[in-house]
Amino acid sequence: MYDFEFLKPASLDDAVAALAEEGAQALAGGQTLIPTLKARLAMPSALISLDGVEELRGICSDDQGRICIGAMTTHGAIARAMSGKVAGVAHLAGEIGDPAVRNRGTIGGSLANNDPAACWPAAALACGATIRTNVREIEAGDFFDGMFTTALDEGELIVEVKFPVPELSAYGKFEQPASRFALVGVFVAKFGDGVRVAVTGASEEGVFPWREAEAALGAEFGIEALEGMSPGAEGLLGDIHGTPEYRAHLVGVMTRRAVAACA
Amino acid sequence: MPDVSMVVNGEARSGDVEGRTLLVDFLREGLGLTGTHVGCDTSQCGACVVHVDGQAVKSCTIFALEADRAEVTTIEGIAGPDGSLSPMQKSFRDHHGLQCGFCTPGMVMTALKLLENNAKPSEAEVREGLKGNFCRCTGYQNIVRTILAASGQDIPVTSVE
Repeated sequence: MYDFEFLKPASLDDAVAALAEEGAQALAGGQTLIPTLKARLAMPSALISLDGVEELRGICSDDQGRICIGAMTTHGAIARAMSGKVAGVAHLAGEIGDPAVRNRGTIGGSLANNDPAACWPAAALACGATIRTNVREIEAGDFFDGMFTTALDEGELIVEVKFPVPELSAYGKFEQPASRFALVGVFVAKFGDGVRVAVTGASEEGVFPWREAEAALGAEFGIEALEGMSPGAEGLLGDIHGTPEYRAHLVGVMTRRAVAACA
Repeated sequence: MPDVSMVVNGEARSGDVEGRTLLVDFLREGLGLTGTHVGCDTSQCGACVVHVDGQAVKSCTIFALEADRAEVTTIEGIAGPDGSLSPMQKSFRDHHGLQCGFCTPGMVMTALKLLENNAKPSEAEVREGLKGNFCRCTGYQNIVRTILAASGQDIPVTSVE
């Protein structure tokens, strides 16, 4: 690993100020960034650890009934807090990596990294979450901007993520057993005014909404509505773990499993 | 170089580290606590699991400075002060839960937290809880039995299938 200066500010303002320096990089839970640094795939001049910024941690509700999760809240803490409240979110958080990884990895770090196989982007998109940063609010639909790319500007930090609570939700994950990321993951969220289906792990562009499934499930919420349906393989990822056609098939299967799990 | 201080196994410890020094390197090289192992160095294998502020973490995937002022427990802090084995360590011995022993420190640290969070886990829950700990002797069967036994549950006699 290349050397860097390590800073651990105690407030959001100090963190934002430190990040304004050339070459500075935010460090959340580090479960992706530290392995990346070890592989010398990144060379920040300074790492700004957000570990000491208490205002970025915790879960509460806002006056619209949304669940607001601080960016530095770990997957493990979210899984425990959401159990029995938002089934899909609890299940998703509780299946990321392994227990020790869930004790460090954070929702904000995952969303900011936007790995095309990460789980959180699927929940954020399907629930219609709002991502609040230190300067503005961004709708999930406008946040994800292709593989490892988001609408965040240089030096902009996620502060919290606000999730509208669906009537029913579930996450179907087909795990890539070595990396524990999703080979395909599908989040289904049923709201009073419609159903949203977000797919991760499958596309070269990262997370995407599967509109045909949303329309079918909006008309009739049940696995019968999805009989024989899969998205086209065009634009889907193909690698040693699965061809685009295989992933397209899995999207259909995992969506049906998620819908079945909603019952 | 910046100073780092933490309470390790109940004792205040400190040292100079680089920004890039991993917690596991500070423990092993800075403090001489070589019971914590580095198996893969890519956060897969769990041989390096320690407790930081009461939570199991992979010490190869956290910087020493992130654990500044934290309470850290390593495998060296698990046995009694006179060297007598803890109940979990005894269970590993009694149920042949180790072969070469390389993964054992991480297995013990993970198993302790597993039972702290779920006192009577099912076999499936034990296996799920061990997802981030690899045993390259592939001795999982006895590790699972070890943990079930340590939880005070009856363990099935191993059947030959």
